[in-house]
Amino acid sequence: MSRRLGGLYVVVLLGLLSLPILVVAGVSLNGGQSLRFPPVDPSLRWYGELFRAADWTGPLRNSVVIAALASLLAVAVALPLALHSWGRGGWLTRVLMVLGVAPFMLPPVITALGFLVFWVSLGMYGQMAATVLSHGIFLVTLPLVTISLGLVSIDRSLVEAARTMGATRGQVLRTVVLPLVAPYVVSGYAFAFVLSLNEYIIAYMVAGFTVETLPIKIFNSLRYGYTPIMGVVSVLFVLVAALVFGTIGAFGNLPRLLGSDRAEGR
Amino acid sequence: MSAREAPTPYWLGLLPALALLVLFLVPFGIMLAVSVAGREAGGFFTWGFDLASYARVFSPFVGRILVTSVAIALGAAILAVALALPFTVILGGMSRRAQTVVLVVLLSALSLSEVIIGFSVNTLLSQTAGVGNLLAWLGLLEAPRAFTPGLFALMTGLVYLSFPYAVLVLYPPVARLDPELAQAARTMGASPLRTFATVTVPLLRAPILGATILVFVFVLGSYLLPQVLGRPQHWTLSVHITDQAIYQSNLPFAAAMAVLLLAVALALVGLSLLVTRERRTGT
Repeated sequence: MSRRLGGLYVVVLLGLLSLPILVVAGVSLNGGQSLRFPPVDPSLRWYGELFRAADWTGPLRNSVVIAALASLLAVAVALPLALHSWGRGGWLTRVLMVLGVAPFMLPPVITALGFLVFWVSLGMYGQMAATVLSHGIFLVTLPLVTISLGLVSIDRSLVEAARTMGATRGQVLRTVVLPLVAPYVVSGYAFAFVLSLNEYIIAYMVAGFTVETLPIKIFNSLRYGYTPIMGVVSVLFVLVAALVFGTIGAFGNLPRLLGSDRAEGR
Repeated sequence: MSAREAPTPYWLGLLPALALLVLFLVPFGIMLAVSVAGREAGGFFTWGFDLASYARVFSPFVGRILVTSVAIALGAAILAVALALPFTVILGGMSRRAQTVVLVVLLSALSLSEVIIGFSVNTLLSQTAGVGNLLAWLGLLEAPRAFTPGLFALMTGLVYLSFPYAVLVLYPPVARLDPELAQAARTMGASPLRTFATVTVPLLRAPILGATILVFVFVLGSYLLPQVLGRPQHWTLSVHITDQAIYQSNLPFAAAMAVLLLAVALALVGLSLLVTRERRTGT
């Protein structure tokens, strides 16, 4: 009985959490330009429009390119840092780890403003490269956390065994360590990708007027004219996120990734 | 470990160290320098040492904004943690498969852009879609009306934004909790609610406090919902920083306010670490 009540509480809150998204999904089906719910003469026309309308394909392309490259950079910084921390430790490495996690703990507007003045000083303000690099550093936290978790779970005796059997350090890294952490690298990349896609404030401050991303485009549309395409983008973003996290959940151990040590054997 | 060779070469840390130094610490340093730079009308700034921006930061204008920000963020953080605590405890008792499903939903909601959350909640509370319509249809309202913008819409949005975060912050300590303690209370005849109030919550006192502070900092960072869902008097420090930097072209003042926000956030994050650490060594 109480168990059922508890389950009910969880389901109700998850329902409330999905309510705005359901309404937006409904709104995206409007046949006309209006944002009505329930939708008036429903059609999928705006879903095609996102990939056709010139003022939305640009932001769409920008967003995907930035997310793909920035996540790559995030992984490129996080992987060696996580490996270094796992293999050597030391106070300097700990400082670096804190630096890697810091952008995520602080109000993002601080990081955004830091990047703004940095790129202004370098004369790169308003360029897409600035957005990519800023996102890449900002998102280092995610692959750093997932890869570190993956490294902790590696049995050290595997490394020892490989070394005793004559493998060089490089061989051990390539043939033992990297294959074992590969899934964590991939999930770190995916986490970073989803978050870069959704990130607004840094993209806006660093190059908001010249490199429009989808969140910036939606925000501008909130001011200068609503269209159901905003609903379409929201639905697609939710689907991408659900797909990524669903895949990680299906193939990996999401409870452990998020800090539950007891979810091991169940 | 000392005699044996480390499994990674020493130069491996150089690339990430360089990247973080150049692209994270240097921007911070420049921001500090800009906060004492002179303002240049129409342009960005001129290097120098001028405390005028800080004088403005310690003015009643910014004081009021800070009080508003703290009040709004504290309200939202307490609401979010209050909703999230029973949720997380129930979640922790579920099967691993069920936990995974719930976590996927939470992560999907958490990763959503503030723009999208603002837009969705705005649509939900607007006149033409959602709640207004429903209440009119039920006869509770004479005609559909909008519930946005306003404090109610803003708090709804902020709680929506921070609830998944609150659950994820509470999740590790709740998962670490010994389930046998609650079971013992139940076998001795305590009702589930009583067990929750007298066993689970007291055991989690430090993590709850720590989580509330972290969620508070998280809400303090919200820069878009106050603009989309609130009225100008609800604008938080984050919104004003953006406003000064982009629309008023006053980078030194924006930077000085960012330094203030940074100081507040760092102090609070430190406090939350202290709170949760004391607890761990205490037991």
